[in-house]
Amino acid sequence: MKAIGIILAGGSGNRMGDLTSRRASAAMPVAGGYRAIDFALSNMSNSGIERVEVLPQFNAKSLTEHLNSSKWWDFGRKQGGLFVMHPTITYENNSWYRGTADAMHQNMEFLVKSHEPYVVICSGDGISKMDYNEVLDAHVQKDADITIVVKRMPEGADLTRFGVAETDENGRVLSLEEKPLNAKSQLVSTGVYLIRRRLLIDLLDRTCGEGRYNFVQDVLIRLLPTLKVYAFETKGYWNNVTTIESYYETNMDFLKPEVRDYFFKQYPPVYTKADDLPPAKYNYGSAIKNSLVASGSIINGTIENSVIFRNAFVGHGSVIRNSIIMEDVYIGENTTIENCIIESRDILKSNTVYAGEGGEIKVVLEKNKKDE
Amino acid sequence: MIKKEMIAMLLAGGQGSRLGILTQKIAKPAVSFGGKYRIIDFPLSNCINSGVDTVGVLTQYQPLRLNTHIGIGIPWDLDRNIGGVTILPPYEKKEGSDWYSGTANAIYQNLEFMEYYNPEYVLILGGDHIYKMDYEAMLKFHKENDADITIATIPVPIEEASRFGVVITDETGRIHEFEEKPAHPRSNLASMGIYIFKWEVLREALITLRKQPGCDFGKHIIPYCHENDRRIFAYEFNSYWRDVGTLLSYWEANMELIDVVPEFNLYEEYWKIYTKAEALPPQFIGEDAQIVGSILGDGCEIEGHVENSVIGNGVMIAKGAVVKDSIIMNHTVIGEDAVIERAIVAEDVAIGAKTEIGLFGDAENELRADIYGGGLVTIGEKSVVPEGVKIGRNVVISGVTEAADYPEGVLASGKALIKEDDDL
Repeated sequence: MKAIGIILAGGSGNRMGDLTSRRASAAMPVAGGYRAIDFALSNMSNSGIERVEVLPQFNAKSLTEHLNSSKWWDFGRKQGGLFVMHPTITYENNSWYRGTADAMHQNMEFLVKSHEPYVVICSGDGISKMDYNEVLDAHVQKDADITIVVKRMPEGADLTRFGVAETDENGRVLSLEEKPLNAKSQLVSTGVYLIRRRLLIDLLDRTCGEGRYNFVQDVLIRLLPTLKVYAFETKGYWNNVTTIESYYETNMDFLKPEVRDYFFKQYPPVYTKADDLPPAKYNYGSAIKNSLVASGSIINGTIENSVIFRNAFVGHGSVIRNSIIMEDVYIGENTTIENCIIESRDILKSNTVYAGEGGEIKVVLEKNKKDE
Repeated sequence: MIKKEMIAMLLAGGQGSRLGILTQKIAKPAVSFGGKYRIIDFPLSNCINSGVDTVGVLTQYQPLRLNTHIGIGIPWDLDRNIGGVTILPPYEKKEGSDWYSGTANAIYQNLEFMEYYNPEYVLILGGDHIYKMDYEAMLKFHKENDADITIATIPVPIEEASRFGVVITDETGRIHEFEEKPAHPRSNLASMGIYIFKWEVLREALITLRKQPGCDFGKHIIPYCHENDRRIFAYEFNSYWRDVGTLLSYWEANMELIDVVPEFNLYEEYWKIYTKAEALPPQFIGEDAQIVGSILGDGCEIEGHVENSVIGNGVMIAKGAVVKDSIIMNHTVIGEDAVIERAIVAEDVAIGAKTEIGLFGDAENELRADIYGGGLVTIGEKSVVPEGVKIGRNVVISGVTEAADYPEGVLASGKALIKEDDDL
């Protein structure tokens, strides 16, 4: 593909509260064995993008660990590859990334030294399967300056956490509003943008030169009247993991056969870091229904409608319902967990009840850490 | 100049004919084991865990699966600037071309490979055992004894010792006599087919015996070195070790992984077994599924009943199906209400709905009673078994079979149904 990729993974994800106290939203565990950023990385790899830059900032430890080798996404290359660009202090610059535009601007060399004509920018917390070549085709056909990939949300859906695009009949974006109270359309931005590389360099120079640092606010929205911005509607699955509710919902979506089929059985696959865990083991006394279970887990109890990440241990008599158990969690005997998200690397004692009440999802951090 | 203290040579060229249909198209070391692994993962993981980062893998019989599995060695961190894994197939030479005619002959034909790394010691391994072993500890033993050759041995029950090659040692561990499958064994230390040689000792023996037809370590090299008064020691290994050379032992070793705390524990952190991971999601366990006493690989979708079984990656088991005491390998699909008991089902097999496998009484297999025994049904890779047929025990099936191949919908115990692949 004639494009380079930039993954914006700097968000603090503070709307997820405790869950992102340990990691950036791009590093959130998804679907039992993946991290959110695997989807963006796999999309880029599968679209044939060969040079990808990841821009982390907040709480980047988990993310950096996950990206310690680029080979899993086929980016272990001599030409191109994966570049993780943390903010750095130099003689000229002593600030953090002051925004998404600034993050790209501070790493201008990546843009300047590439020779591909286009750039695909996407956020690290979007869960989707996209072929960016289709976006590029539409972009070229419309002769657009910027193409925003949008998803049409069902009528009545709560759009207050999204960026909403209003378009004309040709798909040209007339307005773009962040987190609107009264959305003008059902089209929400997926945080995927396609733009000519030279234009991006100009826009970043201009905007950041004026002391404006946010790509969506200061480039897309502010300069919208001066640019040809088009929307490309994706028909595939899309969600992002930016709130506890959307995180829970996204994980539970993978219990649906059509979602699993779309992501996992249809070519191309989603890649993630290999971790050499043994097969999951079900001992006598276990009972599992409608759940995803990842490798390395040892199950002795009952599990229903849940997503169990890698290396879980579930003791005898314990019951887990409608919950997400993140990696490396040890659950003792006769413990009940309902409507919960259990943080990773934790120990839950025997004979305890954890339950999210009244439709709320409870986030459990016992901090009985397994290995620290 | 390159200098590696010890390099490993892994013999992976054998057919493993006693695994019957399982090794029809793939070499024994490439056969699946324990759900997501292949047999060769165990020695390869042992190598890297022991700090041996240069491994030559000698291939000959049906190497495709082995080659794609090993690749450039990424899963074992054996992709290295200097060393790493190298696949060594037989090759054509100026004076003609030779297949590997024996274990030692195969090593002899790769003298140049070993010379390139300039080793002090060479570790000779087989690719057909399940075990976790620290070769570094064995090397330490080798050095402490100033041995020319160290042979890894394992104590076996004396009544079984006549099935093995046993060694007779003095109190220092030095070997004074060898007995190959002795009728009246005088020792219970069986050779595991793992050797550490001083490089110059190995080199000299290989060159001296290069004209020996079918040159073999056990039959020629070790006896030759023994006659020449080389210092040969037995390193005693006291842990889990299984030969999975027969279908029954292969099945048993798989089943041992299911125990609540298995003797061979894959869940230990400190000696991991690595394998090539497919890009697969976690396994999905459906609404009506029931799974007990089993291990399952990634990407499975289970709607049926699974008990006391080892299930590979990407296996689909439909609603109402029952799988018991069986090994189901990667990407096999089992139809609704099928019943499978005591079977080894290889990769990419399709079992039709309502088909029952492992019925009726025992009867000797008509093709090879010595291979297809133990009441096990063995189904070769990419086979297709039609809907609604009844299949007995000690049966072997291979190829795309149709209802017409099962008179009155039945394949009696002891039958062999092998359909040749017309395309190949």
